[in-house]
Amino acid sequence: MVQPSFKPGDRVAVRKAWPLGHIRTPHYIRGQVGSIERLCGSFPVPEELAQQRSGLPAQPLYRVRFLQREVWPDYRGGADDALEVEIFQHWLEPA
Amino acid sequence: MIERGHHDMGGLPAGKVERSEHDYVEWERRVDALMVLLSGIRGQKRMTVDELRKNVEAIGPDAYEQMSYYERWVTSITQTMIQRGVITTEELGRKMQEVQNRERDGAA
Amino acid sequence: MNEDNGRYQPLSYFQLMEVSLRELLVEKGILTDEQVRATVDDMRSRGAERGASVVARGWTDPGFKARLLADGTKACQEIGLDVPALRLIAVENTPAIHNMIVCTLCSCYPRMLLGLPPEWYKSRPYRSRAVREPRTVLAEFGLAIPDNVQVRVHDSTADMRYIVLPMQPAGTEGWSEERLAALVTRDCMIGVAVPKVAGAAGAA
Repeated sequence: MVQPSFKPGDRVAVRKAWPLGHIRTPHYIRGQVGSIERLCGSFPVPEELAQQRSGLPAQPLYRVRFLQREVWPDYRGGADDALEVEIFQHWLEPA
Repeated sequence: MIERGHHDMGGLPAGKVERSEHDYVEWERRVDALMVLLSGIRGQKRMTVDELRKNVEAIGPDAYEQMSYYERWVTSITQTMIQRGVITTEELGRKMQEVQNRERDGAA
Repeated sequence: MNEDNGRYQPLSYFQLMEVSLRELLVEKGILTDEQVRATVDDMRSRGAERGASVVARGWTDPGFKARLLADGTKACQEIGLDVPALRLIAVENTPAIHNMIVCTLCSCYPRMLLGLPPEWYKSRPYRSRAVREPRTVLAEFGLAIPDNVQVRVHDSTADMRYIVLPMQPAGTEGWSEERLAALVTRDCMIGVAVPKVAGAAGAA
């Protein structure tokens, strides 16, 4: 069992990496900094499931909250507008 | 270019949202049903939704844009079945010929 | 015969592929025509009613609403909904927050609650722009969100699926669940619309 490294409120950065393969961490969020909204549970890794492998051990999956004005330099909306994305633990680092 | 999948479009510029409602036609519903059945929601798992997505993502950019949603799905499911060895390319080719001939004969 | 038209039309390449794949899978005993028919009929029967019933129950039962927000899947099961494989997160609209759902990478959607998604949800414009300029996209849907309300966009990137719990419209206090559910459209639960009472000021 992979232990969760993060808890709600923790500041995290999405890793700046652009490997090949099937990935569920969107391009636009890589390198961005946000905070953990909740731990969703642990799930087999989609990158591996896509290759007919088991995806085990399951990795903790988090919802991470980002401020829109920090993600998009030209964002023209509310200062508190937010974006929440599900990201697997192996894509996150402490910020 | 390759470091960003064509499907990974969040944040890219695009036109207005066309609020079209699509009446699903039967063959599309059958493709959807194939995915539900093969991904084991109610029985044995023969493929994963992750393989479905991976094989949709593997469709080239031009084809991706030209194909409809379920055209991409049926292509992806079929590729997955070939990759898993559930069917072979030869079997598929022969079956497609058979079905096509049957259709032609039926319409004659 | 292409049965989707009155006249004979040859099967398209992809229709040919669908028929061929299905026949091969049936021949190999992997599935049956009856299973395909039953699954098609099951999905056809799923509109947004299940989702609307969850919202209506949330409006009338504060304890249920709390449980729904804590664990969406358990809450659906609690009211007897058949939602196989669904891992649900319900997000609540408040006077301070408006929620909107998208799947930028493909088109993940709570099908077991809302049925098959609309074409626009799966389209490039929605998937690209909802995360980047949600207020403009919402305006294209006829929904203007005031500046003092936070817009929160949820990108459904992994195993969870999302439903928006809209605010209960004013003037509907004491309504039955059934009457309330009729106000909750699919678009309200995606977050591109809000429930409206016919005849109320500002209603379409």
